[in-house]
Parts: sequence; C-alpha cells; structure tokens
Amino acid sequence: MKELSLHILDIAENSLAAGASLVEISLTEEAGALTVTVRDNGRGIPPDILPAVADPFTTTRTTRPVGLGLPFWKMAAEQTGGRFSIESAVGVGTCVTAVFVSGHIDTPPIGDMPGTLVTLVQGHPRVDFLYTHRAGGVDFTLDTRTLRDTLEDVPLDSPDVLAWLSDFLRENLRI
Amino acid sequence: MKTLAELNAIRDRARAQMGALRDGGENNTRLVVGMATCGIAAGARPVLAACLEEVQRRGLSNRVTVTQTGCIGVCRLEPIVEVFVPGEEKVTYVNMTPEKVSQVVAEHIVNGRVKMEYTIGANQ
Ligand SMILES: Nc1ncnc2c1ncn2[C@@H]1O[C@H](COP(=O)(O)OP(=O)(O)OP(=O)(O)O)[C@@H](O)[C@H]1O
Ligand code: FES
Ligand SMILES: [Mg+2]
Repeated sequence: MKELSLHILDIAENSLAAGASLVEISLTEEAGALTVTVRDNGRGIPPDILPAVADPFTTTRTTRPVGLGLPFWKMAAEQTGGRFSIESAVGVGTCVTAVFVSGHIDTPPIGDMPGTLVTLVQGHPRVDFLYTHRAGGVDFTLDTRTLRDTLEDVPLDSPDVLAWLSDFLRENLRI
Repeated sequence: MKTLAELNAIRDRARAQMGALRDGGENNTRLVVGMATCGIAAGARPVLAACLEEVQRRGLSNRVTVTQTGCIGVCRLEPIVEVFVPGEEKVTYVNMTPEKVSQVVAEHIVNGRVKMEYTIGANQ
C-alpha cells in the first residue's frame, strides 16, 4: 500500500472485526523513528495462532489464519529497518506495533489520516476511536467520546457530522 | 478554522434532518462500498469518500445511505460499489474511482439509468 494511513485503516478493520468497542491509534514521530500502534479491546487472538498471524508463510500450520493485512504491515515496517510486534490476550484485546525508520527510502508517507479516520467513524459509528499524533513535541488528539458528549442523541455518522469531522481533521491535522 | 465549538450547531442541524427522515431511512437507496484489505489497497477509501461527498453535495442524504462492507469477493475488480434501489435488482459497479462515483450518482441514483459500462457484467 502506498500510504501508512491505508495500512492503518486495514489494521484497525481487524480490531472492528474482533468486536472492539474502543480502538486507540497512535502515531509518534521522534528520535528518527515513526511508531504506529493500534490497540483494541476486542476478543483477542488465542496464543496458539498468534505466532502465525503475522507470518503465514513461515509456519507449517495447516489451519493457519489466512490474511494479508498483518503480513503486509510487518513487511512494510521491517523493510525500513524498523520492527513489528503483536501482543494479544483473549478477552482483553490486541495491540499491534510497527516502527518505521524515518526518512528511509522504503518508509511510505503517512498519507491521508483524516480520510482513514472518517472512514472508520463512518463505518463504525458506535465504536469509539482515540487518535493521538505526536510530532515535533506537539500533540494532536481526537477522541470520539468527547464528540459524542456534545452530539448527545445525534449519531457520529450523520452526514453533517462527518462533513464537519473531515474538515476539522484536515485543518487541524497538518502532517 | 474548524473548532470543536462548532459541533453544537452541527448537532442541532443534524437533529432537524433526522426528524425529516421518513421511516428512519428504511426505504433508502443504498450504496455499499467493499472495504477489505484488497479493496483498501485498490483505492476503496477515496471511492467511499466520493460517495459520501456526492450524496451530501446533491442533497440526497435523506434518501440515499452509504455503508461499508468487508470482502465482496472479486479482488481484481476492486474497488466495488453495490447499488441497492428499493424494488430493483442490485447493481454491482467495479474498478470504481471517485470520478466514476460521481457519474453513477448522477446517472443511476438521480436519473434512474444504470451506468452499464461500469457494471460487473460489462467487465468480466
Ligand atoms: N485486532 C485483532 N483482534 C483479534 N483478532 C485479530 C486481530 N487482528 C488480526 N486478527 C486475527 O488474525 C487474522 C489475520 O489478520 P489479517 O489482517 O492478516 O487478515 P484478515 O483480516 O483475516 O484478512 P485481510 O486483512 O486480508 O482482509 C484475522 O483473520 C483474525 O483472526
Ligand atoms: S479480499 Fe479481495 S475481494 Fe475480498
Ligand atoms: Mg485484516
């Protein structure tokens, strides 16, 4: 994929498929590295299949979980000299971490994070998302729980709310 | 500059629109965008954004609903948009782009003429 934000959308879709009610996405740019974590409180991955999800081609399991998302993400990080890890506990949740070496020729641009966040909220208006981006000592945070407090009974996926969210992110999240 | 404070006004406007929705959107036309890994890799995110924008821009929000789904099952034809008009057969549009979305909304949704050249039948 050409943008980190597209991978992030895909990895967050795993959290949603796992029934998460809260998905926390963070991007931290510091000390020559860009660290991306996607943490959820979904159903988790059983320990016997956890090693295989990121390495479907190197395991000999016959019942391997088939998927492209995690292997792509791992490969993207490792190609830059960075690293990848996944931690998970059944009934607790999953945390996927990918570290990219900043400025490496294979490190994709972050890309359209506003587009990714709007897509997530539109597709899963009842799930909460906490997005944190730290770069150059400056933090940007979007917490849908805060938006919900203001919106009261109006759903996050109302067309007017989504249009506002898109503009708000594009103006405030300059990356 | 957009601020969080504006959200109060947005809420009131959205609430008024919700009230205007007949039957809670039950009989709306639906645009469904496939958002699995290969859909995302092929460009489904801007296609979804185009669906939302076109519907909003043309004031169709009270009769057209945009939703997402997982794998529709034909990787090489992604991005895929399915159109469900109540009482009519489903139409599957393939290899979609934001430009094609605006034509499909104009022709199919507004004028009721299926945009044949973008359908799965014309692309297999
Ligand atoms: N956050 C998560 N919580 C629970 N299970 C997960 C999570 N992420 C991945 N998994 C498990 O690992 C499997 C592999 O994930 P991966 O993203 O690689 O592929 P996929 O989602 O199955 O398919 P694809 O991403 O290709 O559309 C998933 O099917 C799921 O069983
Ligand atoms: S994963 Fe490719 S069409 Fe569904
Ligand atoms: Mg996946």
